Amino acid sequence: MAPKRQLRVGKEWMNAGDAEKLLREAMRIQEEEDARHEGHKQSFIRKYVFSIDHKWIGIQYGFTALCFLLFGFSLMLLMRLQLGWPGHAFSIMKLLGESRAPGGVLLPEAYNQLGAMHGTIMVFLAIVPLAVGAFGNYLVPLMIGAPDMAFPRLNMASYWMYLPGGVVMLASFAATGGTAQSGWTSYPPLSDIATEGQTWWLIGMIFLITSSLLGSVNFIVTIIQLRAKGMTWMRLPFFVWAQFVTSFLLLLAFPPLEAAGVLQLMDRVARTSFFLPSGLVVSGTKLAVAGGGNPLLWQHLFWFLAHPEVYVLILPAMGIIGEIIANNTRKPLWGYKSLVGAVGFLGFMSFVVWAHHMFMTGMGTVISAFFQTTTMIISIPSVIILTALLMSLWGGSIRFNVPMLFALAFLPMFGIGGLTGLPLGLAATDIHLHDTYYVIGHFHYVVAPGTIFAMFAGIYYWFPKITGKKMNEFLGKVHFWGSFVAINGIFMPMFAQGLAGVSRRLYDGGIQYHHAKEIAAATNPFMSMSAWALFAFQIPFILNFFWSIAFGKKAEANFWHATTLEWAATTSPPLGHGNFAVIPVVQRGPYEYSSPEYPETDYLPQHHVIGAPPATAGGGMLTAAAVAQREA
Amino acid sequence: MDAHAHAAEHEIEIPYATYPRPDTGLYNGKLGIWLFLASEVMLFGALFSSYILLRTGSINWPRGYTFLNIPLATANTFILIASSVTVVLAWANLRLGNLKLGRIFITITIACALLFLVNKGIEYRHEFVEGRSPSTNNFMALYFTLTGLHGLHVIGGIVVFAYFAGPGAKMWHTDRNRYTNRIEIAGLYWHFVDLVWIFLFPTLYLL
Repeated sequence: MAPKRQLRVGKEWMNAGDAEKLLREAMRIQEEEDARHEGHKQSFIRKYVFSIDHKWIGIQYGFTALCFLLFGFSLMLLMRLQLGWPGHAFSIMKLLGESRAPGGVLLPEAYNQLGAMHGTIMVFLAIVPLAVGAFGNYLVPLMIGAPDMAFPRLNMASYWMYLPGGVVMLASFAATGGTAQSGWTSYPPLSDIATEGQTWWLIGMIFLITSSLLGSVNFIVTIIQLRAKGMTWMRLPFFVWAQFVTSFLLLLAFPPLEAAGVLQLMDRVARTSFFLPSGLVVSGTKLAVAGGGNPLLWQHLFWFLAHPEVYVLILPAMGIIGEIIANNTRKPLWGYKSLVGAVGFLGFMSFVVWAHHMFMTGMGTVISAFFQTTTMIISIPSVIILTALLMSLWGGSIRFNVPMLFALAFLPMFGIGGLTGLPLGLAATDIHLHDTYYVIGHFHYVVAPGTIFAMFAGIYYWFPKITGKKMNEFLGKVHFWGSFVAINGIFMPMFAQGLAGVSRRLYDGGIQYHHAKEIAAATNPFMSMSAWALFAFQIPFILNFFWSIAFGKKAEANFWHATTLEWAATTSPPLGHGNFAVIPVVQRGPYEYSSPEYPETDYLPQHHVIGAPPATAGGGMLTAAAVAQREA
Repeated sequence: MDAHAHAAEHEIEIPYATYPRPDTGLYNGKLGIWLFLASEVMLFGALFSSYILLRTGSINWPRGYTFLNIPLATANTFILIASSVTVVLAWANLRLGNLKLGRIFITITIACALLFLVNKGIEYRHEFVEGRSPSTNNFMALYFTLTGLHGLHVIGGIVVFAYFAGPGAKMWHTDRNRYTNRIEIAGLYWHFVDLVWIFLFPTLYLL
């Protein structure tokens, strides 16, 4: 399909692979020269620990976040054992220690701890750092033709706020009375009077909020200021738009949670009563605090963050899916302008829907009506995005590789997650469904087979870029099909459970309740087995990941024949020093696949000048740098 | 650029770090600080909203003016406003190429900030002596939380300005524009800290 990939070097033609070797050699010599000039080499610590290179920071984020993803998942695996077979002793539970699982039987308070930490870790320590910290950091500067992020040191500081935040969260398991157990939402008054672990949770959150604040400022400035020549706003890849809007959400939505965190910390440490009402009775005695506080205040502040946070979880995923679909259908994204408009409107609307999480708090019907209206409105841009992605498939000659399989699975899975959200956004139906397993099913469809599948798609797609190696397709397909079946086995029955009224926070999965026990007994063991099957199907991925890094076959620079700058104008992996040998000048939009004005190949890179030597891996950059090296 | 500066700037050069990008009219740091301030508005906005919610839900809200030290707080308001003026003068003098005068004005800004904190300390001490602490009631809780967070911002400003007046001023001799930009950015932050106080003062002391 591709032409003979040859490049002109000086007056001669040579293979793209040879040209790349030549370039690498030239860059190595250049780096040695630089090091000699300055009298020192980059120290190990500067290069690998406190790195200020956006690519390495992205890798740091990615690796850390994947570890947290696995850890957060394993907490759920333990919970699912308890839910599937309540009160049964499991030897694996003994890992939690005698205080949490005496004789291998999980205690209710330990179950609550696992639940709270599963949510916290998955949202704040796994998905957001993976979607924004890893993918955003690594790809945004490459995609817009920038040498690095606008503030490299701030970028480093962002990672080094994230990691301590994660460590504090993990350390809280060792706190007296165990870790936080008030759910990831940490509703007061229970969280105000909970054990010490909650204080650790708050301190960890303040680290994480600071981290994302530093990151979001950096992303926005980078995208506004460091776009290469010719990279106008409407030529930005959709992924960059998604990251741009996401960063605004992080920038403006997280501070209210920081405020709420500070107030709850004051409640717990300085004995204030921001969230404690007067006359609160705990264990039969009146709580000795001033009172006069308002637990609803926390919910407002929390959801003011946490609803935009939902879009922080999903927008980068949509960006990744957009890139992969355009690349693997070999045609431009359908409705690029609508996609950009929708993603911006979605970002704006996400700030005015938060109280749809609070229909049951008795805020009043007028407020409920307002928020259910805005909630219905926000579904419009989401549908536009999903429709545009779906329409992009129409008439394409689709390549069914592993990233594309994950991307294709994202569409119906996110569709299920999104559409099941509508009954929750309407106050009348929410009364029945509130805090049931239906809610769990809904948002897990959005985040697990939605966002996490998009993350896997992104990992498979950009792996050759980041490592220069190929991943194994067969293992990838085993990973995909296994995960796809198992994940639906977990979450699909949740809708039925929720409609039957099974409450979401039950330690025994509902079997003690007359109305819930039948469906709980019928579905919970199957769901738990599906969860463990899902775990088993991650093993091929983990093996594939590390095996390919170590022994994978070398991948060519533009492995997927893509048009965007990160593929077309850099080597794989990109140069360590400033990304581009020559900063590209952008000529056109991001998705010129199968362009009639360029019949030579089915992809026309963003920076390629028609009439110049064929647009192969690295394009003009390789020739330019190689020529320079020849002449020297 | 001399050899020392070159070694310090080993990493690649970031475009528009010092000079504005033509189509946005901003250099990176200035855009960055405005975004940071936007997030700060959301932080204090959330806290002021909490104040409104707690106050409107309260039966007997204590009135700050019946026991807080209004004259001292008024003096503090003017001290902070004065420091906002001196920080502009510092930047203006640096733009004119006068490092000496610029540093003097930075030092005056720091002195004002320290004076503000001393006054605040006197007020805090008085409250504790009188037996009022954050746990007394929600007014005092908000008083200490809001002024405490504001105080932390003042301390942050002092640290930044002390660095620029001291060791950070070396940059003047290697990259004069960048140093001046840094003072401009720190000045924008400082104006925000001032502005927060201008909202806090009537909210806590007068209403």
